[in-house]
Amino acid sequence: MAMRFPAIPRLLALAAAAFVVAGCSVEPWVKPYERDHLADPIMSFDRDPVSSAYTGHVYEAREGARGATGAAGGGCGCN
Amino acid sequence: MNRSLLIVLLALAAVRVAHAGVLPEDRADVLLHSYDGGGVTIQGPSLLVRKQFAQKFSVSANHYVDRVQSASIDVVTTASPYEEERTQQSVGLDYLHDRWMMNVGFTNSEENDYAAETFSFGISQDIFGDLTTVSLGYSLGDDTVRRRGDASFEEQTERQHYRLGVSQILTKNLMLGLSFETITDEGFLNNPYRQVRYLDPTTPQGYSYEREEYPRTRSSDAGSVRMRYYMPYRAALHAEYRQYGDTWDISADTFEIGYTHPIELGWTFEGRFRTYSQTSADFYRDLFPRSQFQNFMARDKELSTFTSQTIRLAASYDIMRGGWKFLERGTLNVTFDHMMFDYEDFRDLRVTGVPPGTEPFYSFDANVVQFFVSFWF
Repeated sequence: MAMRFPAIPRLLALAAAAFVVAGCSVEPWVKPYERDHLADPIMSFDRDPVSSAYTGHVYEAREGARGATGAAGGGCGCN
Repeated sequence: MNRSLLIVLLALAAVRVAHAGVLPEDRADVLLHSYDGGGVTIQGPSLLVRKQFAQKFSVSANHYVDRVQSASIDVVTTASPYEEERTQQSVGLDYLHDRWMMNVGFTNSEENDYAAETFSFGISQDIFGDLTTVSLGYSLGDDTVRRRGDASFEEQTERQHYRLGVSQILTKNLMLGLSFETITDEGFLNNPYRQVRYLDPTTPQGYSYEREEYPRTRSSDAGSVRMRYYMPYRAALHAEYRQYGDTWDISADTFEIGYTHPIELGWTFEGRFRTYSQTSADFYRDLFPRSQFQNFMARDKELSTFTSQTIRLAASYDIMRGGWKFLERGTLNVTFDHMMFDYEDFRDLRVTGVPPGTEPFYSFDANVVQFFVSFWF
């Protein structure tokens, strides 16, 4: 029974390493004053956490898959 | 990489795919939810409050209730309808330091035959000129499983989640989100009431039931990519794809697309379509050839091969755009989801008088309604 994402632990390790070297600076190609569209609430990945946590709970209770939903919490309706 | 070092790094974590350099807004939400489908109704409230203090901290608390009345397909074919209530409390604390955000959380869930405690820890940081937010998360859960009517039955389950999230600004109109999550379970993982069926020519209907038996470990990986695009006018388009696989041989794909459109007078409308499909666990069967056919046996429809589609319509209305007293703004929101489930190897045993294994496949629809009020202060 092979895992679908055997590289994930390595990806997590790379991300952890990215944290360590995160002091490096890059010239942002989208300037802060160009982010008014991105700051609009309709562009939020999680505009209403109370609602998205509930929705995630509904799916997780009825489906075999779990995780990587992007929302915080353990998928049990938490947070 | 050394696994123990990886765990130490991840143990410094829990995920928040958000802008790490800004604390979450102060807000309070009161939500009423209702699920109705497949003979099951679940209703209850969810209250969520979040407040900043000392300019570096944000504390949150959530109270959530599920009141369940169940006469599901499993219940009507192998047991009696029941009612129960699950109550869940969560608290969380965020700490902001420069571009770093740290988060700790604790959740407790109680019902008459199940108790769960989850501790989570996380860290996130804005990098690359604040165009990228990287988040790492870890959570550890301990569940206690009991069985009504059997005081001697008590089992434990331990769950661990490892999460990685990346939120990336690609252009001034396009955001990308990546999430990976590995979950490991160890302990009692089956439902203590659910049964499998097997061929039994000695009974009138041709089959009998016995308790299901699951492996005591499960490990899963899921990865998702999400995007949000700001249209040439004020509206947003979003799409998401998730792939899932686990050591029980379940694989699943989820795809979602949606559109959010605000109009004048304070209304925001949203529509979504989500489609989900999965393959069955390798120890799942609708009908086993005989009793104790193999070590692990399941007839849980959530472990079968099936597809589901969900259509969402939602509306939100700004009720105090100019603010009122200490409140900055508020919204009234209603969300309606219509879900359709079609099972490909789970049969409807309410149909009798046919040879075992030839009953029609089960399907059902569900309607999910959320009504909530949100205030920012």
